[in-house]
Amino acid sequence: MNRAVLRFRSVLSANTPARISFWVLAALYLAAIFAPWLAPYAGDDDARACSWAPPSEIHLREADGSWHLPFVRAVSYTFDDDARRVWTEDSTCRFPLRLFRDGHLVGLGEAIATPGRRVSDPSPAGRLYLLGADARGRDLLSRILYGSRVSLTIGVVGVAISTLIALVVGGIAGFAGGWVDGALMRLCEVVMLVPAFYLLMLLRAALPLDWDSRVVYFYIILILSFLGWAGLARILRGMIQSLRQSDFLAASRALGLSPWRILWRHALPQTFGFLSVQATLSIPGYIVAESGLSLLGLGIQDPQTSWGNLLEEAMSIAEIRLHPWTLLPGLFLFAAVLSWNLLGDALRDAFDPRSLS
Amino acid sequence: MTALLAVDRLGVSFATPEGPLQAVDGISLSLERGSVLGLVGESGCGKSATASALCGLLPSGARTTGSARLSERELTSLPERGWRSVRGRRISMVFQDPMSSLNPLLSVGEHLVETLRTHHDLSGIAARTAAVDWLRRVGLPDPAARLASYPHELSGGMRQRVMIALALCPGPDLLVADEPTTALDVTIQAQILELLASLRRELGMTMIFITHDLGVVERVADRIAVMYAGRIAEEGPAERILVSPRHPYTRGLLDSVPGFRPRTGRLPSIPGAVPSPRDWPSGCRFHPRCPHADDTCRNGAPDVPGPEGGVACFHPVGAP
Repeated sequence: MNRAVLRFRSVLSANTPARISFWVLAALYLAAIFAPWLAPYAGDDDARACSWAPPSEIHLREADGSWHLPFVRAVSYTFDDDARRVWTEDSTCRFPLRLFRDGHLVGLGEAIATPGRRVSDPSPAGRLYLLGADARGRDLLSRILYGSRVSLTIGVVGVAISTLIALVVGGIAGFAGGWVDGALMRLCEVVMLVPAFYLLMLLRAALPLDWDSRVVYFYIILILSFLGWAGLARILRGMIQSLRQSDFLAASRALGLSPWRILWRHALPQTFGFLSVQATLSIPGYIVAESGLSLLGLGIQDPQTSWGNLLEEAMSIAEIRLHPWTLLPGLFLFAAVLSWNLLGDALRDAFDPRSLS
Repeated sequence: MTALLAVDRLGVSFATPEGPLQAVDGISLSLERGSVLGLVGESGCGKSATASALCGLLPSGARTTGSARLSERELTSLPERGWRSVRGRRISMVFQDPMSSLNPLLSVGEHLVETLRTHHDLSGIAARTAAVDWLRRVGLPDPAARLASYPHELSGGMRQRVMIALALCPGPDLLVADEPTTALDVTIQAQILELLASLRRELGMTMIFITHDLGVVERVADRIAVMYAGRIAEEGPAERILVSPRHPYTRGLLDSVPGFRPRTGRLPSIPGAVPSPRDWPSGCRFHPRCPHADDTCRNGAPDVPGPEGGVACFHPVGAP
């Protein structure tokens, strides 16, 4: 394993897109781990007065021209003739940005009155919306961070499960041959026949809607990996079958090694290069599938978040025109999917010892 | 002294869509402990099928007839489970192409330690020591450092040395070397042959050396069996076969190798080509290419040599 890590590192150093992808993913996953600390608010911390508040403007200068550390102002809205919100900033006071506040990386300090102004009555409440707010005034950045915990892990866990199933089924089918092979491959075909997305929708409709989202999370993983292994198992079976003709497997047989040993140590590791690429390249598929489900309201449900159900708010062009920041979860989705794809190529090189001299 | 390996009318046929294909058709051999048999023949004569049959490596559609006994143990009827106690420990094999016979993902040390621990009750450290020892025996320079090398970092000759170490480390009674030098450069060939010869002296090894190259077999074999079209054409002590071949095919082979026999003019060759197992000629299978063939040869097959040797020919060369 150590060797694979070393190879992976040398491949990263040679491949710039893969290196960038690696760090993008590292940042995204770290952000998911530290979401409660990085997010300014809890995922369901709402503020109805700030419904659809745009991303906060960060100021450095007060109205009187004096310079300060970065601060934001409270905002409020009125409606114009077309019933669109017109946002105005309350310039009577400022809310300085504070680091490490109340267990969060960034928070707002106490209101400080603007010199020469009276704080309006009732005193405004400051909210920090780095990426804007949703209909209930919840901070989009916080929700993206909490949502990444679902969206980013579902792919990894799902692919790990389905790859493991594929490895066992495909490996045994390819190596044993005969009726074992026939039976396992027919099973694969039955699984592949199932139209995945419709099955998911059907199952979701049949199952109770008021499930805890943790349960839903595992249920999505289970279904996705149950549907995902069959194709991979078939490819693996073919690879193992063609490997069986190879000289070094014949040699390991001639040396008296046991069939299990030959399968696990000599045959299957030959497919790891392919598997790592395949796994990395199918992670985005799982991420997108989960997002698709949640987008359709079949996956993670509000108030829990995932990138998919956050995008639900950007489903109509009218919404996007009014609140373009609702598209931002898509940007995160895009970054994660692209990075996994680019990393897949680099991983293939890392597992192929012949690519390095 | 009883023979270590006694092959009696061994036949191998492969299942094909067009029906069974008789690749080996009743060969008999006898091999005494410590001796080296050279199995010589052109491609397609059945020598590799013989080797696979002796190691239990025939594809699943293949059928064997006759018998092959190793120390009185019948091999042809062994189930796959039974083969596992034979392979490596009783019969080991060196393959033709050292480039593809090693697992590219395992280091030399991992290969050796794995094989050693499969056959001997060794701790990891003891197995590593034994591995270094074997690499030294097969003449790999700096054996301790080589343990960490991967197959792609080694030259062909070095890989074949590793293969030989792998094949010998279980301590087999019989080593089957299937064209072990064919894929190598001529100078490396000579080194590998020398290595096999010295290991043979050192370990008292019994070996079947399969090759199409009479020049190679001359250096290692005590006895030579010449195969043609699935049968043994001639079998006997190496010296006798090389100096006074009696089968016209052996004679033709020797004549076509430069430097074996005095000659003038162009290097002769045997006319025609090896027949396909699909339509082997009637009678003596060599008759369409044989200069001495007559109606006897066309109509009836000559007796094949038994385990004690002989020649399968109605009109042997040099006969009165």
